Amino acid sequence: MRTEKSPVIRYVALRAVPFIQLYALYVLGHGEDGPGGGFQGGVIFASSFVLMALVYGYGTGRKGAPEKITDILAPAGCVLYAGIGLICLLMGGAFLEYGRLAGEGASEAAKHSAHHFGLIGIEAGVMITVTASMITLFFEMARDAHVDHGQDDDDGEDDDA
Amino acid sequence: MTVLEIIATVVIALGALVMLAGAAGVVRFPDFYSRLHAAGKADTLGQGLILLGLAIPIGLSLISFKIALIILFIFIFNPTATHALARGAWTLGLKPWEKHQGEPRTDDEDDDHGEEDHA
Repeated sequence: MRTEKSPVIRYVALRAVPFIQLYALYVLGHGEDGPGGGFQGGVIFASSFVLMALVYGYGTGRKGAPEKITDILAPAGCVLYAGIGLICLLMGGAFLEYGRLAGEGASEAAKHSAHHFGLIGIEAGVMITVTASMITLFFEMARDAHVDHGQDDDDGEDDDA
Repeated sequence: MTVLEIIATVVIALGALVMLAGAAGVVRFPDFYSRLHAAGKADTLGQGLILLGLAIPIGLSLISFKIALIILFIFIFNPTATHALARGAWTLGLKPWEKHQGEPRTDDEDDDHGEEDHA
């Protein structure tokens, strides 16, 4: 059953996307000292793509996050996480001992900032993986429904972004 | 209590009252559309007033700026979500409530839309 597209929903959803993504990065950045972190930020980031797919159709949503890119990003986040841990090992510390990133014999302040850097780094890795996985999950499930109902994409005439 | 705190208390109480009116509307109204009408409007204003009341005693700071942003987004996105819900229900064929619902209908096309509200 097709009805006319709602200009209200299309207008607001399109302009909400950058704010959702900015908020996801805010949640990521505050994971250290408040509620939030990589997983939550990733889910919020992925929800912006889900919103685009819901409002503008499957194809338009998938165009923003193509399969090629999400398939690379999902393992890339894991590599970033494990890579930071392994670098800590190479610097002579334990796995994920971020303080070692500052180098041998570094001051306490340098170790402290290296700790924050490492923590944000692995949270970013988590966020990248979660974002890509959530987008993949949604679009893989939506693809079946998309085929079943034979809905055509409304690749918008009024895509004025 | 300072003057600002009294003003904030009054504003939060007003917001709670509006939310209560919205909750009463959700319980009392007969069908989906009128309940959405109550919930959508009352929640937007009620949440806005409560958040405003929280921001007043803080004064101008980063926290009140964040609260102002939340109020702005609620005032944009809450009506949009209500609009999307009502539109979705209408697209799926949910008929609005009529006063004489018990009487037999004359037009046959109502039968394809099963979603009758028996509230």
